[in-house]
Amino acid sequence: MIQGTGLPVFPGVAIGPAFVHETAKLELPTAWGSAAEERQRFTNAKAQAQAQLQTLLEETAARLGQEHAMILDVQIMMLDDLDYVEAIEGRIDGGDSAAHAVQETGEEFAEVFASMDDEYMKARSTDVRDVSRRVVEILCGFSSSMTMDVPGVLLAEDLTPSETVQLPKDKILAFVTRKGSANSHTAILARTMGIPSLVAADVDLSAIHPGDTVIVDGFTGQCYIRPDEATLAEMTAKQTEAQAAKEALEAYRGKETRTAKGRKVKLFTNIGSPDDVELVLKNDGEGVGLLRSEFLYLGRDTYPTEEELYTAYRQVVEGLQGRPVIVRTLDIGADKQADYFQLDAEENPALGLRGVRLCLSRPELFRTQLRAIYRASAHGPVSMMFPMIASLWEVQEVKALCKTIREELTAEGIAIGDVPLGVMIETPAAAVISDTLAHEVDFFSVGTNDLTQYTLAADRQNSALGRYCDPKHPALLWLLQRIADSAHAAGIWCGICGELAADAAMTNTLMTMGYDELSVSPAQVLKIRKAISESEVISQ
Amino acid sequence: MKTIAHVIQDPLGLHARPAGLLAKAATACEGCSISLTFKDQTVDAKRIMGLMKLGAKQGDTLTITCEGETEDAAAASMESFLKENL
Repeated sequence: MIQGTGLPVFPGVAIGPAFVHETAKLELPTAWGSAAEERQRFTNAKAQAQAQLQTLLEETAARLGQEHAMILDVQIMMLDDLDYVEAIEGRIDGGDSAAHAVQETGEEFAEVFASMDDEYMKARSTDVRDVSRRVVEILCGFSSSMTMDVPGVLLAEDLTPSETVQLPKDKILAFVTRKGSANSHTAILARTMGIPSLVAADVDLSAIHPGDTVIVDGFTGQCYIRPDEATLAEMTAKQTEAQAAKEALEAYRGKETRTAKGRKVKLFTNIGSPDDVELVLKNDGEGVGLLRSEFLYLGRDTYPTEEELYTAYRQVVEGLQGRPVIVRTLDIGADKQADYFQLDAEENPALGLRGVRLCLSRPELFRTQLRAIYRASAHGPVSMMFPMIASLWEVQEVKALCKTIREELTAEGIAIGDVPLGVMIETPAAAVISDTLAHEVDFFSVGTNDLTQYTLAADRQNSALGRYCDPKHPALLWLLQRIADSAHAAGIWCGICGELAADAAMTNTLMTMGYDELSVSPAQVLKIRKAISESEVISQ
Repeated sequence: MKTIAHVIQDPLGLHARPAGLLAKAATACEGCSISLTFKDQTVDAKRIMGLMKLGAKQGDTLTITCEGETEDAAAASMESFLKENL
């Protein structure tokens, strides 16, 4: 038995025969023509490579979706890059063959990307190598392809984007590559296909024979080649168990969300645009606990009109077919804005004029948005909540404004719904005065990401502060309990829409604290419904 | 000469796709040279690899300089492109 370890990119267990994908060695030409002839050969090969990529792009878009096809589009553009083309032509003029020139230039550009400090850009070195190899293969009259007659585990040094899209996907049980990262094409593909896979695996490919039994454990990152009987039995059991767990999750589809003791909990979703409504329905979300409004304002040149806002909100409300939606009013600041807002640069945007502070400082902006939300509420259950609240007076001002707008719309004869009002609890101040705030609003929704950064004074964008940004810090847990107690003492409900809501290891704690609602990304709904069902709280 | 500044909104930064689109948009502006400056590096906005190598991330400020006969039109089209795509 040979054992190896890699970086797991998708959970699950796969067992099957090995297929070792070898990238054949290219034989570069030993004799070539004049610089002018080689330049012409390069130009022809480049055009042919682009035509191949275009075909591949269309096939990929149809089979795997636009996201996967995009990288091929980038490869086509790379071939037209003047730096790249000039470097190749320079080498040809210096006496290289077209094939040598492309190979060397591709390697040189790939090295630059590989040395960048950004994981995403590092992964792009593969694209440069891939696209260069394609041109070299054309120049050498070489073609590579891969066939698999039975389902199996594909092992390779690395897989280039054009290789991954040409693979016989219906036959692949798992990928194991010696190179690659969490952002590499193989990793992305594995996640899309939903198959357990390892990248950066330390396995010796030369020791593997085609057809050897391979086990890939996408939970631990282990893989076993020619496993002994005990390992095979153990991993087969693990595979069965993983499959059962996956199916068990399906069992939660269409079910009510209740804790083990029977308390009903609202399991909502966080979304950022009308397009996401489809995901909510597909993943069995019970409603939307956080509709971010930023999509309506960012990526444009002028303020959206009331009609535009109304149309978009109404689209979400109608799409949800009666499920409730909580709209969060605009939450932007100097670090996330559109130019037309003309916000001054701030030394410290996380503590700046943002969220409700910005809205209160620009009454017309806020007013247009509130009118649109109220109008959309005529089409289904809509609640509204306000971000970045720290003081009682802010809540009172917002409520007064809402009241005025309700009255205005009613006077104009425009239909509006009930629209309960809530606040985001994301500043330590709001958590501390939550007992007072609870008497002013209909619900609380805790933004744990911001509450964590503000409470622990640790910038969540700063990756060096990872271990300081601990949402399970005792200070946070204390505040979370206080918020829930304040809400319930005043007879209102409280929920969580931050990332903590999707952490199944925390569900029992949150349920014990008494939270009434969790709002998670659509893909997490079934997982959290299961966690809630297994949480042991006393029925209230 | 026209200069515009843009703060990157895209969470992935100036990654492959927007770099490619930017290069295409810049190439479409004829009669004008367009360069892009980030920190101490200046690159030709018509070259995708150079743009990608800048490694500019979300929140970084890019400075775009258009120079030539059509610089006014070029600056306007680059500005709207950046707002929409980056």
